[in-house]
Amino acid sequence: MVMKKFPKITINEQWCKSCEICVEFCPKKVFDMGRFYPVVARPEDCIDCKLCEKLCPDFAITVTSPKET
Amino acid sequence: MDYLQYLRLDKMPHIWCDGCGHGIILKSILRTIDKLGWDKNDIAMVSGIGCSGRTPGYVDFNTLHTTHGRALAFATGLKIAKPKLHVIVVSGDGDAAAIGGNHFIHAARRNIDITMIIYNNYIYGMTGGQVSPTTPSGKKASTAPYGNPDMAFDISRLAQAAGAAYVARSTVYHVGRTDKYIEQALKKTGFSVVEILTPCPTSYGRQNKEGTAVDMMMYQKSNSVSIERAKKMSEEELEGKIITGVFVDKEQECYLSRYNEIVKRAQSIK
Ligand SMILES: Cc1ncc(C[n+]2csc(CCOP(=O)(O)OP(=O)(O)O)c2C)c(N)n1
Ligand code: SF4
Ligand SMILES: [Mg+2]
Repeated sequence: MVMKKFPKITINEQWCKSCEICVEFCPKKVFDMGRFYPVVARPEDCIDCKLCEKLCPDFAITVTSPKET
Repeated sequence: MDYLQYLRLDKMPHIWCDGCGHGIILKSILRTIDKLGWDKNDIAMVSGIGCSGRTPGYVDFNTLHTTHGRALAFATGLKIAKPKLHVIVVSGDGDAAAIGGNHFIHAARRNIDITMIIYNNYIYGMTGGQVSPTTPSGKKASTAPYGNPDMAFDISRLAQAAGAAYVARSTVYHVGRTDKYIEQALKKTGFSVVEILTPCPTSYGRQNKEGTAVDMMMYQKSNSVSIERAKKMSEEELEGKIITGVFVDKEQECYLSRYNEIVKRAQSIK
């Protein structure tokens, strides 16, 4: 069986200021808002558009494409 | 892409508020520089004062943090002394159009080879929300508690009228377009301006009950119209709309080339 590969999303909680821009603007709604920080709730839905990374004002999100790992 | 290679990590996290769009603009600039493959040592980033003016403090380029409104004056000297440097000025709406308004129009008139990125949040963010030349008419500011009586400057049209070689406007929501315009501006020989509308939820949004940064970006999303579409719309239809796109993209002789001509001519006089 071939496992479907999806990007790896990491959140730097030291830099995140909880603005929720990623939660709102991810076209696939991959994030849920946690108590303080966003949570990568549905990583398998990520289409690797990197919009959350581009729109995160705090350099707190990194999306690593499957081919980069 | 690895943004961190361009940052001064000891200065992070930055001071900008949660949801402030300034960080989104900084990322666009870094992404574009990375795409162009420019060496960090060949870049000089210059700013005046303001939240936007803090940008150079976070990047690992040659940087200058100057006095309020005067970034272009310093940048002009830098460009003339070291013409090979890519000189990028980052500025706020207050820095660029209020205290620095004269430097701005004359740099455009001169067509000096500098790229200016203007973070327009309609307000003096850093000092607590005073009215700026781009605050829309009727909107509240700490110095206009009952609404701003003035008409707003259109920064892009101002740059266009003053003679800039490249002028474009985008919003932080339209991040793909912002990247494209910054790339075109950086490649341009001559004075290039990219005006980027950015939410200041703290000093502007709160006073005007515009909600969170997400709400303010949603507004950008649903109220932006391209220049092409705007041409077919009436003034009433354009009320409250953000016109985005490339206003000017032309070839014209830049200041340095005219200046060098004069130096040559003067040196040839016996
Ligand atoms: C000569 C001088 N006058 C006034 C100030 C106070 N001051 C600091 S930042 C600022 C306005 C900044 O607004 P803007 O350029 O729009 O930047 P933002 O903070 O909104 O990014 C002012 C008036 C100053 N630092 N120096
Ligand atoms: S006051 Fe406004 S411009 Fe300044 S950091 Fe906060 S949100 Fe950004
Ligand atoms: Mg401002």
